[in-house]
Amino acid sequence: MDLISDRGNRVAVEELNTSRLLKNARKQADKLRLDDMLVVDVDSHHYEFEHLDEVLPFFENEVFKQLVLAGRSKGRGSLLPSQTSFQDMGGRITRYPMRSSEKTDKGGKHRDIQLGSRWMDALSVDYACLFPTQMLHVGLTTMPEVENNLCWAYNRWLTEKILPGSDGRFYSMLCLPFSDPDESLRQVEKFGDRKGVGGFCITAIRTLPVHHNSYMKVYRAIEERGLSLSFHSGTNSGEPIFKSLNRFATVHALGFPWYAMLHMSNWVTNGIGERFPKMPVIWIEAGLAWIPFLMQRLDHEYMLRTSEYPGLKKLPSDYMRDMFYSSQPMEVTDMIQLESTFRMINAETQLMYASDYPHWDFDVPGKIYDLPFLSEKARHSILGGNAARMFKLAPRNEKQRANLQRFGNLAA
Amino acid sequence: MTETFVAKTDSLKDGERMIVAVGDREIGVFRHRGKFYAYSNTCLHSGGPACEGLIIAKVFEQILPDKTSAGLFFSDDDTHFVCPWHGYEYNIETGACAGDPKQKLRSFPLVVKDAGIYVVT
Repeated sequence: MDLISDRGNRVAVEELNTSRLLKNARKQADKLRLDDMLVVDVDSHHYEFEHLDEVLPFFENEVFKQLVLAGRSKGRGSLLPSQTSFQDMGGRITRYPMRSSEKTDKGGKHRDIQLGSRWMDALSVDYACLFPTQMLHVGLTTMPEVENNLCWAYNRWLTEKILPGSDGRFYSMLCLPFSDPDESLRQVEKFGDRKGVGGFCITAIRTLPVHHNSYMKVYRAIEERGLSLSFHSGTNSGEPIFKSLNRFATVHALGFPWYAMLHMSNWVTNGIGERFPKMPVIWIEAGLAWIPFLMQRLDHEYMLRTSEYPGLKKLPSDYMRDMFYSSQPMEVTDMIQLESTFRMINAETQLMYASDYPHWDFDVPGKIYDLPFLSEKARHSILGGNAARMFKLAPRNEKQRANLQRFGNLAA
Repeated sequence: MTETFVAKTDSLKDGERMIVAVGDREIGVFRHRGKFYAYSNTCLHSGGPACEGLIIAKVFEQILPDKTSAGLFFSDDDTHFVCPWHGYEYNIETGACAGDPKQKLRSFPLVVKDAGIYVVT
């Protein structure tokens, strides 16, 4: 297959096959004997809009279904606001332009399951939490009915058509239609008990106040079911404060931690952790470097202006340490700083490996495994043990069972 | 010192690359502007197949004497190959990483003889 290079030149590259693309990851996994450890990826993705024909029938509202169907059939419609985005860096990340050409068994399992199995096997990932891609921007729609219908349809499609075909290796934290608290609650009640549902996700590219009273019933319903809540961050080139950023790289660098810091600040300041102490909260795909900054910043304000934090019984950083973090994209250019971050967040119990595959800045498990300052227990717990405890994931072989038991992570 | 056959010289055209296995190691061999270059096919960043992705001119920004930017351009002189996993770019003539030239992919000597290209390991 040819890819477009500079000045219209074309460069021949080998046909995309995920297993082949990731052959070096498989070699790393063999060298590190990762198959002996339970590896859980708490943040992976698929491209759900490539299967919109399968999702659309689950729209509840016929008017919006028709809008989407008629618009896309003529190439006129846009389900969600569009973004300026060059995730693939002009084709440099070859799996983007070549994605649709990858061959799968047409008579076999769903294409997304087949592709998922390929990268999971290559990375030695035993279980992966599957998130959408385009729908991470669902909070940018100005039409709450679209958000409600899309989340409902996707959540039905995912739990009825996709997850059941993965032999339990994929699970998910379902997207909440967060613009509508009542609808969010309805979807928690409808889908919360389904197989493969580990919790719910607030797609964080939005500026709604997560501490608003109208959301308490949603959090309560999630906590009562023993489920987790995640904030999945992202980029938004349309965010007013980012409008001067002239490179996708800077939109990406700032966007993910920005939305995480916004929601974390409101979450902690308003004492939501005190109100729902049994609900695990996971902060996903914002990296780690922002956490020490915000811990120090909020602690400083809290000590001087305690009257503005009446719901708190301890430092903001203590509440942040109660929460969980996904590891990707892990900033590694200053190893001393990274080690300090691990200490500040109690990484051994609070950090969970994430690949973000197939997105452009994915991390292989070796990125955690090779960290020079980790204990053996921390390595096992971060790569899979912490997620195994949270999501009650069983070992897939006897060596994994022994390792989970050895480090106190056997939960299923 | 082992010489491993890569390809007939006329089968590797300018602008193309081949990946050869030498023992348990993979090496990318490029033909660029009439010369041959060979590098380890393992990216310094995360171990991806560094030599298997896009080959594309370096991007540079032209800064004018008054310090204003005239915009982004493709270089006429420098060509990069890009690791397809995450986009780490390497200079095709030196193997130096574009983001940090102190980092270099391991290079391998090549011998051209009898109309064939051989990589020396």
